[in-house]
Amino acid sequence: MMPKKAIISGVYNTKVGVVPGSTAMSLHAEAARGAIADAGLKLADVDGVLCAYVITETYPMLSSAFCEYVGIQPNFNAGVNAGGATGAIMVMQAAAMVEAGICKHVLCVAGDNRVTGMTRDRVVAALAEFGHPQFEVPYGISIPTAYALVAQRYMHETGATLEHLAALSVTHRKHAAMHPDAHMTMPITMDDCADAKVISAPLRLLDCCLISDGAAAYVISAPDAAGDTKTHPIEILGAGQGHTHEHIVAAPSLTDFGCKQASQRAFAEAGISHGDIDVAEIYDSFTITLLVELESIGFFGKGEAGPAALEGALTHGGALPCNTHGGLLSFGHSGAAGGMFHVVEAVRQLRHEAHSRQVMDAELCFVHGDGGVLSAHCSLILGRG
Amino acid sequence: MSEHSIPKPIPQPNGDTQPFWDACNAERLIFQRCTACGYAQFYPRSACVKCESVELEWKEAHAVGVVHTFTVVNRAPSPAFRGDVPYVLALIDITDGFRMMMNIIDCDPADIAIGKSVRIVYEQRAGQKVPQAVLGE
Repeated sequence: MMPKKAIISGVYNTKVGVVPGSTAMSLHAEAARGAIADAGLKLADVDGVLCAYVITETYPMLSSAFCEYVGIQPNFNAGVNAGGATGAIMVMQAAAMVEAGICKHVLCVAGDNRVTGMTRDRVVAALAEFGHPQFEVPYGISIPTAYALVAQRYMHETGATLEHLAALSVTHRKHAAMHPDAHMTMPITMDDCADAKVISAPLRLLDCCLISDGAAAYVISAPDAAGDTKTHPIEILGAGQGHTHEHIVAAPSLTDFGCKQASQRAFAEAGISHGDIDVAEIYDSFTITLLVELESIGFFGKGEAGPAALEGALTHGGALPCNTHGGLLSFGHSGAAGGMFHVVEAVRQLRHEAHSRQVMDAELCFVHGDGGVLSAHCSLILGRG
Repeated sequence: MSEHSIPKPIPQPNGDTQPFWDACNAERLIFQRCTACGYAQFYPRSACVKCESVELEWKEAHAVGVVHTFTVVNRAPSPAFRGDVPYVLALIDITDGFRMMMNIIDCDPADIAIGKSVRIVYEQRAGQKVPQAVLGE
């Protein structure tokens, strides 16, 4: 049956982790070519391009630089810059463009070589610039400290514990071990999480995402273009955003975030609800990020996601298998590509191509990205159709 | 702090924030009060985020508040803060109805808890005084 909605026709992720010899641009190019080949298209078939940002090199017009690097001259070309929400927002933006008839096949691509392209200190320092220059940066904020502020308050209000957070870390590592491209696959235990060094209390090392080289790409195609592509088309059934602040000092709440509005909008467009979802791929820059989002989105009540995770709710056979690729915590995090890995995994689950990670008979997937400090949110409902 | 230590970031006032930072140098904590709707706005902006009025007046705050949340930082974001770890970063609810980020200084981190009272003090950074919090009324 011909889909009515925009479709995801091709996806790809590079190897993630330490990729010697890679550059931000070479990773972009590999991912782009991979996604286009996956769709059964040629580079010249792409008539729209969305890129994001890199921090290892300076490209004020990254999307133009990318097109130049791979040698294409698209009809539409732009950048999306919403931190970890970028990957989901790219899907929503590209879907709107193909449904409006502006483009037929939009390539979305991002990546960075944050391990081999810069030192860990430089990554941490660059990410600290996300703070407000006058009212946060002078106090020594970093991305982990900002999320630690959320964690402390959230745990205070909901009764979430360090053990709950550790359950998420352990589950993600287990999932990553089933993915051939994952950055970290060595099993971890609850004790490893408890013993990990404190980065910014209450968050410990294993509560934090990785820093990885890597890239991802996808092709979003018009509903009537499905016949041009070779893969099982994955429909974009609903999409929504929510934006409440950028800086944590200005967040209206530390317990409810824009993921609530984003998910409500996406569910409303798709005409389905939480209980219909077979598998979820939800942004997990820190364990607390995912815990907050699972509850704020409404998959679990306040204070209930942690106990559920301890009982296996977030893995295969549980109520909501989540981040089946291992997420940012264990699959890897390569800048704007980090949130794209969730989309790539969602598509593989819905195509039933996830091998040992496959959630049986997955028909509907919820995907969520968040950027900043739970600042910019975008939810997607994807369907096997 | 050794003479070779790397200086911490110094806020660079702009057109929205110059009065705030000037007041800090006089050890006064000021904020914007919307004359149309009464909203206590922080950080300073060109118009009220609640009602869009541009009729904002500067008011002096009671320089006391409570800890909304905090973290004890062990991994510094830059060399400038490396000598301070572990240090405390907090969001402080000032009693006049707005929230600020500060360090809670001169304390044992174990004494800090959500809901504890703090008062504002000022830390000199080159030519700019920066508000900070200490435990106690």
